[in-house]
Amino acid sequence: MTFWERNQLRLAPFLFLAPAILIFLIYVIYPIFDSIWVSFHEWNGMDKEGTRGNGNPNWRWVGLNNYITLFTDDEEFYVSLFNNVRWLIFSLLAIPIGLMLALFVNQKILGMRYIKSLFYFPFVINAVVIGVIFTWFYNPKYGALAYVLGFFGIDPVPFLADENLATYGIIIASFFPGIAYTMILYITGLTGVSREMIEAGRIDGASGFTMLWNVVLPQLKPATLIAIVVTIVGALRSFDLIAVMTAGGPWGSSEVLAYKMYQESLFNYRMGYGAAIATILFLIMDIYIAWFLYRLFKNERSEK
Amino acid sequence: MKKLITLIVLFTSTVVSAGTLVVNSNQSGESSKAAFDAYVDAFRAAHPEVTVVVNEFEHEAYKTAIRNFLTAEAPDVAIWFAGNRMKFFVDQNLFQDVSDVWADAGLNDSMASTKGSLTVDGKQYGVPWGYYQWGVYYRKDLFDNLGLNVPKDWEEFKWVCAMLKKNGITPITIGTKYLWTAGGWFDYLNLRINGYQFHMDLTAGKVSYEDPRLDATFAAWRELIDPGYFLEDHASFSWQDAQAPQINGEAAMYLIGNFYVPTLESAGVVDKMDFFQFPTIVEGVGVAEDAPTDTMHIPSGAKNVEDAKKFLAFMSNKEAATNWAKMGGMLSPNKYADKPTNRFSVMGAEMLAAADDIAQFWDRDANPDMAGAAMEGFQEFMVKPDREAKIRARLEKERERIHGPL
Repeated sequence: MTFWERNQLRLAPFLFLAPAILIFLIYVIYPIFDSIWVSFHEWNGMDKEGTRGNGNPNWRWVGLNNYITLFTDDEEFYVSLFNNVRWLIFSLLAIPIGLMLALFVNQKILGMRYIKSLFYFPFVINAVVIGVIFTWFYNPKYGALAYVLGFFGIDPVPFLADENLATYGIIIASFFPGIAYTMILYITGLTGVSREMIEAGRIDGASGFTMLWNVVLPQLKPATLIAIVVTIVGALRSFDLIAVMTAGGPWGSSEVLAYKMYQESLFNYRMGYGAAIATILFLIMDIYIAWFLYRLFKNERSEK
Repeated sequence: MKKLITLIVLFTSTVVSAGTLVVNSNQSGESSKAAFDAYVDAFRAAHPEVTVVVNEFEHEAYKTAIRNFLTAEAPDVAIWFAGNRMKFFVDQNLFQDVSDVWADAGLNDSMASTKGSLTVDGKQYGVPWGYYQWGVYYRKDLFDNLGLNVPKDWEEFKWVCAMLKKNGITPITIGTKYLWTAGGWFDYLNLRINGYQFHMDLTAGKVSYEDPRLDATFAAWRELIDPGYFLEDHASFSWQDAQAPQINGEAAMYLIGNFYVPTLESAGVVDKMDFFQFPTIVEGVGVAEDAPTDTMHIPSGAKNVEDAKKFLAFMSNKEAATNWAKMGGMLSPNKYADKPTNRFSVMGAEMLAAADDIAQFWDRDANPDMAGAAMEGFQEFMVKPDREAKIRARLEKERERIHGPL
């Protein structure tokens, strides 16, 4: 027997995995470490051997300087960080709203199937399209919102031009697909809710909110967990809506870390600085993912 | 066999020496592409020995792509922009000195008006192919209804604004969502108050943003901001969004570049529109205009420099130069090119010919990093003018980081 014949069964899985692992190493793992390496340098993205107009080299080791500047000398960094926190907290609102919608459409009424698909529709549309639609909606001169407010005699609110409101305006736009997604999660979850338990609850006199809180929701826990994870990851990577709706403005007040990273590295030729922001964002996500995995394993263990 | 190999070697080497000229272009719009193709075809007809290969890029994507292809796989000719945008690559030694093309093709004479924006340390690093004017595009019908005349100086300009405002018309439309439109206002106010040299020193990072001479620029700007002469909520609008009030007849004036004209034509209001030069503010300050110039360069890594120089020198061909600029909606920098026929271009050409100096535009003259931060500051100032001191202190800090202490 040749070596191959003897070990075929043991080797086959690795061989099948090899292409995927190789691509993962090249396109995911290597760039992560490369970004961290770049973040310790000052680099304008040009030839690493060359020099700048002012005589400094294009690529220069600066140690932790990028991080020090970020934390001590860049107001915009804190604005972006704070906006990320706002995104994290407020985009979670999509979950209860999605649950409400799911309960609403989960009735046996003629034509409900079509209504369901209508509610799901926003999730299918591209984020850029949603951004453009909401930009028109918010347009303080010709937008639908200004028209509705005008009907009640209220002056138009320039959501996207106000430094305090812009981020909320974009988060509300993100609800549009976010709610649709959580709704679908809950609809599938609701099909798994046991009839017997609801009957039992009813016999014990539970109805309305008590029924929802004590009988239905605990059974929807897996759906809730996924909804939270997906929403938070979505909030941390929010970028497309911001780019389309405000381009980070007015004067940078709706920037988040991902957008600032893009702006600094691609437009301001500060690759090292952009990489430092990316590293911070990576660490924030890491902490969250670690917490999430911990929760997941703990749950699985307790279920066993 | 050996014979065959030598034959192949001979053959391939002749192909290379016969001259394949690789040109990277950002002329991706329908009319821009047709205009550039016309130039390439004319060049092919005049130089049948050169095989021209054009790689076309989407206009915005080109801005990031150029950094890669100049270092990795350089073409023989690259289209780009004059001013600081060019200087960035000159400093990186990525563009070649083409002063000899200027001298040999007589460009020093025919292109004299734009020579400055292509010169670094006395050498030319590219050849311009088109430029366009900035100025105030206004609704002549609204002016006529109210009996207003074109303002010549700052007092008249403010008076016109006041009259328009009083009659329920937004005097000035602007959309600052993408910031650069605010840069245009700063350019003109500062050029008219402090003059060209000071403005260039500022864009080069040689002047503090807290310099007292800038007080007057911001003060003049405030004279328009405080009475509410600019379109309300302009931070929510892109430059295209801001066209709507003017096309609907709700706003009267728009400080913008000549690329606005095709929109006016397709919206059917071009007959109601006219153009005037940005008014004088301080008497005796030389007249400088923003006229962004689009250019061609030879990368340092070019393989076929000889033919690339022919391609650049071909701009001295009056007919080819005329067609490229005209078809692309631009003015030709070649002074022997045929005069434009579109009335806005005619006015622009006259205005620029009479100008003492030509600036490129805020975000083409200033370092990209500084330009972005400054335009954000300008936008903030236009909405919250009370923050002037804070904004200028922030910009000065940024300037010091980028250009070093004064």
